[in-house]
Amino acid sequence: MKLTNLLASTAISAAIAFGATSAFADGHAKSLTVVSWGGAYTKSQVEAYHKPYMAKSGVKIKSEDYSGGIAEIKAQVTAGNVTWDIVDVELSDAIRACDEGLLETIDASTLPAGADGVAAKDDFLPGTLYDCAVANIVWSTIFAYDKSKIASGPTTMADFFDLKKFPGKRGLRKGAKVNLEFALIADGVPAADVYKVLGTPAGVDRAFAKLDTIKGDVVWWEAGAQPPQLLADGEVTMTTAYNGRIFNAVAGEGKPFEIVWDGQIWDLDLWVIPKGAKNKDTAMDFLKFSTATEQLAAQASYISYGPARKSSGALVGKYAGKDIEMAQHMPTNPKNLTNAVQSNFEFWADNADQLGERFNAWLAK
Amino acid sequence: MTDTTVSDAINNAPLVAADGTPLKQKLARTTRRMKIKAFLLTLPLVLFLLISFVMPIGQMLYQSIHNPTGSSVMPNFAKEIQSWDGEGLPSEKLFEIFVKDLAEAKKSREVGKTVGNLAIRVNYELPGSTSLIKKTARKAKKITEGPYKEALFAIDKKWENPALWKTLKRVSRDYTMSFYLAATDRKFDQSGSIVVVDELYQIYLPILWKTIWLSALITALCFIIAYPVSYLLSTLPLATSNILMILVLLPFWTSLLVRTSAWIAMLQKEGVINNVLVYLGIIADENRIQMIYNMTGTVIAMVHILLPFMILPLYSVMKTIPPSYMRAARSMGASGTYAFTRIYFPQTIPGIAAGTLLVFILAIGYYITPALVGGNDGQLISNLIAGHIKKSLNWSLGAALGTILLVVVMIFYWLYNKLVGVDKLKFG
Repeated sequence: MKLTNLLASTAISAAIAFGATSAFADGHAKSLTVVSWGGAYTKSQVEAYHKPYMAKSGVKIKSEDYSGGIAEIKAQVTAGNVTWDIVDVELSDAIRACDEGLLETIDASTLPAGADGVAAKDDFLPGTLYDCAVANIVWSTIFAYDKSKIASGPTTMADFFDLKKFPGKRGLRKGAKVNLEFALIADGVPAADVYKVLGTPAGVDRAFAKLDTIKGDVVWWEAGAQPPQLLADGEVTMTTAYNGRIFNAVAGEGKPFEIVWDGQIWDLDLWVIPKGAKNKDTAMDFLKFSTATEQLAAQASYISYGPARKSSGALVGKYAGKDIEMAQHMPTNPKNLTNAVQSNFEFWADNADQLGERFNAWLAK
Repeated sequence: MTDTTVSDAINNAPLVAADGTPLKQKLARTTRRMKIKAFLLTLPLVLFLLISFVMPIGQMLYQSIHNPTGSSVMPNFAKEIQSWDGEGLPSEKLFEIFVKDLAEAKKSREVGKTVGNLAIRVNYELPGSTSLIKKTARKAKKITEGPYKEALFAIDKKWENPALWKTLKRVSRDYTMSFYLAATDRKFDQSGSIVVVDELYQIYLPILWKTIWLSALITALCFIIAYPVSYLLSTLPLATSNILMILVLLPFWTSLLVRTSAWIAMLQKEGVINNVLVYLGIIADENRIQMIYNMTGTVIAMVHILLPFMILPLYSVMKTIPPSYMRAARSMGASGTYAFTRIYFPQTIPGIAAGTLLVFILAIGYYITPALVGGNDGQLISNLIAGHIKKSLNWSLGAALGTILLVVVMIFYWLYNKLVGVDKLKFG
């Protein structure tokens, strides 16, 4: 496919412009380009992974931000000019990129054992190790509100969709994923049955009908840094968001936000190595280092995302420099999991195209 | 010999140049050399156009109909299934080839030849196939003997559906119309005939129509605003008109992003215009007007950004119209309106033609401004194309939409040529 190459080369020319400089500038010193989601999240990785790794190995890490998806990885791999060495991706994207042959395979048995001596494959939470990807954190989409503006705040997902009880604008991520699940939960579908219902045409209609009830009052966001800002600016009364971003706005900046865990949809972020990465071995070494017990636990003291290793759980302490116990702010805390759904990558692999089209058509009407 | 025969001989003898070659030949050679030289001068441009324009567009056209995923992933099956008549289910033999090809493909990690590539390709035509094909591929290598049909049915009942096999047959062909069907909100139904998709899923044609009429609206608004401005520019004394011209050109030279962001600052709910209206008490604080992140925002920002493309051709044409024509008409008794409509306006048509064509074609493919200020209902077709190139990674569908957009522009150009005549265009 010639156009593939051509599109790819156009798309990566920007990547080359930024990425290649790191490769040349450092001369013979080893370097590594680590790509992640930016903001508070990248900051937590820089503190917990990058700094100790640079100190230990002498490798110079260049941190780049992106906004998710596998377009750049695909473009770089198909053009044969891979400038990203290791990328933090969502589970559904990790699976798809692996399926398409865009990633290096990773042998999970080479990962270090937990601090307590348990082998990696037993130490990692179930469903966090894949052929081409190793999870580092569990994150979650929740909804949050400003408690200084609503005295007795919402407590359930149904409240989020209740404009009578809680008038005001709502923030939602632009896209079908997560929103359809939320709509069904709000409409009374038990968390465990969400994907079963969504798998039927009637279920999809039901989800869109529920979204219809608030459509006129929705402010759509796209980047993870937007929702805390929307809340702070008073643009919305409540908004869905990534739990770590809200936590950091509260703990780090003292914002009066409150997270509602009911109906949370949790997902994984994983490290992947694009096929043909220039510093593949260093990337693999960094991957092993950063997903070790201590580093995963260290990241959890900078942002409230749950570590993917069981052995890290015991080491998770307080928020960096403050007296806030992290454990209760984790998506994986049992009291936060009472009505929770794990995002189903298989469902979205099958339906993302079709539901995406319906969502766009719905949005444009 | 007589005098006449001598002169005849001289006349008939070919004229020769200093080196003895016939002059005619020499002249032809010189002109040829000059033509080659002239051509060589244009060569860089020709090559540039070829590489940066003709080839990418050609490849885009090609990619929209050529998708060899099926035959790359499962070469034997793709060949054999073409002889299947499409009635009921394929033969046991085809099932066997399918299972073996799938097991073989499962081993591949090469981009474009993996089971995942096939799964995604089939899923475009039959949603829900990704997990089915991946699951089956995982189990395929364990099926070592027949009956293969029953073995597949045991993995998933969906394999009993003839529509799935019809889809596989279509996907196995390297050349496909599927992406053009998808781009026009159509698909193959269970029986393999072309149908329009459910109204709830229709997105591309409605957005294309919206793009066309929004572009027409923007062009019309640009014209209405630009005509008097250009008239003023061309009739004012040079010193004044130069200052006005700078006011037109300054935004033209400013970055597109800056201008779009400026409109966001102006039009948003907490923006300048709303603040002024609230301050003056014209609207209440809670009734601030939504002027951006919707179609209105797209239209306002695009009219402003495209305005210079209308003003400049109009101005350059108006500048060449001698004021004496209008005075002559008036002195012969024509009213102001009559003189304008019969004398002045017809002479500005080449400028109008150039301006409207320029603005319309720029507007129809505009991307950044609608992406930033369009919100939900102000998105244009180019935003959907970008979505397929960058987000859903369905490059073939993106290419098909791009080709349709190109054809629409060419149709408008042709119509324009018929109505106005391209030779009448005057840019300056």
